[in-house]
Amino acid sequence: MNQKENFLKGFIKENPLFVTVLGTCPALAITTTVENALGMGIAVFFVLVLSNLIISLLMVNPKMQEWIKPVRIPVFIVVIATLVTVVEMVMHAFLTNLYESLGVFIPLIVVNCIILGRAEAFASGNKPLDSIVDGAGMALGYTFALFLISFFREFLGNGSITIWGELKVNLIGLFDFLQITPIDLFAKPVGAFLTFGFILAVIAAITNKKQEKAKAGVK
Amino acid sequence: MAELITLAFAAFVTENVILTQFLGICPFLGVSKKRSSALGMGLAVLFVILLSSIVTWTMYQYVLVALELQYLRTIVFILVIAALVQMVELIVKKVSPSLYKALGIYLPLITTNCAVLGVAILNIDKNHTFIQMVVYSGFIALGFMFVMYLFSMIREKLDYSPVPKAFKGVPIALIVAAILAMIFARFGGIV
Repeated sequence: MNQKENFLKGFIKENPLFVTVLGTCPALAITTTVENALGMGIAVFFVLVLSNLIISLLMVNPKMQEWIKPVRIPVFIVVIATLVTVVEMVMHAFLTNLYESLGVFIPLIVVNCIILGRAEAFASGNKPLDSIVDGAGMALGYTFALFLISFFREFLGNGSITIWGELKVNLIGLFDFLQITPIDLFAKPVGAFLTFGFILAVIAAITNKKQEKAKAGVK
Repeated sequence: MAELITLAFAAFVTENVILTQFLGICPFLGVSKKRSSALGMGLAVLFVILLSSIVTWTMYQYVLVALELQYLRTIVFILVIAALVQMVELIVKKVSPSLYKALGIYLPLITTNCAVLGVAILNIDKNHTFIQMVVYSGFIALGFMFVMYLFSMIREKLDYSPVPKAFKGVPIALIVAAILAMIFARFGGIV
C-alpha cells in the first residue's frame, strides 16, 4: 500500500463514521452547527495524529514492544488522555466559545473508539510516518463525515451555515422564497438520529447497487 | 427532597443519557440486538457508573481540588475508571461466578463507554453535592438501562419486519431511536 492509498482509505473505503460506525456519540451530539463539527474535527485530528505518532514511536523498537505489550491498553489511554488534556486547555484559552459549545465532548475524545482503535489496529504495528498519514486520513475522513451531518442539520434546522464565528451563510431567504419555515426538529436530538440514519441508508443503497453491478459484470 | 425527585426524574427521562445527551451510543447500537444482552449491559453499566461516580467525585473534591490539580481530571478519571472496571471484573469473578457469567463479557467494553466518563465529568461540571451525585448517577444509569431494554424489544420485532434493503441494520435502528427520542423529548413539559 502506498502513502496515497493509506491516506485516502480513511475518506471512503474505511470511513470511521460511515463504514465502521465508530465515534458515534460526538457525531450525534455536536453536529448542530457546521462550526461545532469542524471544531471537533480539528481536535480529533490533533489528538489522532499525535497519538498515532507517539504510539508508533513507542512500539517501533522490538525490545520496547515486548515490555509494553502486556500493558499496552493503559499506556495508550494515558498517552491519549494527556493529548486530550492539552487540547482541552488550548481550546479553553483560545477558542472559548467553541469550548463551551462542545462542552463535555472534548474530554470525551479520550473514549472515542476511533483513536484507541487506530492505536491498536494500525499505529502499534507500523512505522511512524505511515502512522501519521493513517491518522491524518482517518481524522479528515471523520471531519468530513461530521461536516456532512452538521450541514444537513444546520441547513434544515436553522436555515443557515455557520462556517466559523462570524463567517456565516444565511439561507433563510431560500426558505422564505419557498414559503416554508426551517424544520426545528433537525436542530434537536431527533434530527441527529434521523439525519445519521438516512445518510447511512443512502450509503448502503449505493454500495448495494455497486455490488449488484459487480455481480452482473462477472456473469 | 422535592429537588432530588426532580433531579432523579430529569436524569431518568428528560435528560436521558442516550436519547438527549448522546452518551453511550456505541453499546446502544452494538449490544441491543437481544433483550438478554441489553439487560446484561444495562446492569453492568448501572454498577460501574454508580461506583465510578462515587470514587471520581470523592477523588476530585478531596484530592485534586486540595492539590489544585483540577486540570488533570480527564487523565485521573479515565485511569480510575479503567482500574475500577478491572477490579470489579476480578472481584465479581471470584465472589460470584454466576454473576460473572452474566456480566463478564460486557465489563471490558465499559471502559470505553462514554456514558461512564461523561457522567463522572458532568457531576463535577454541575457542582453536585454527594447526595445529588449519587441520585443523578443512579438515575442516569437506570435511564440507560430502561432505554436499552425498550430498544432491544423493538429491535427483536424489527428482525421479522419487511425493512427496505438499504435501511437494514444500523440505519433502521437509528430511525427507531429518532422516534423514541421524539417521545422522550415530549416528557420535558412535565418538569
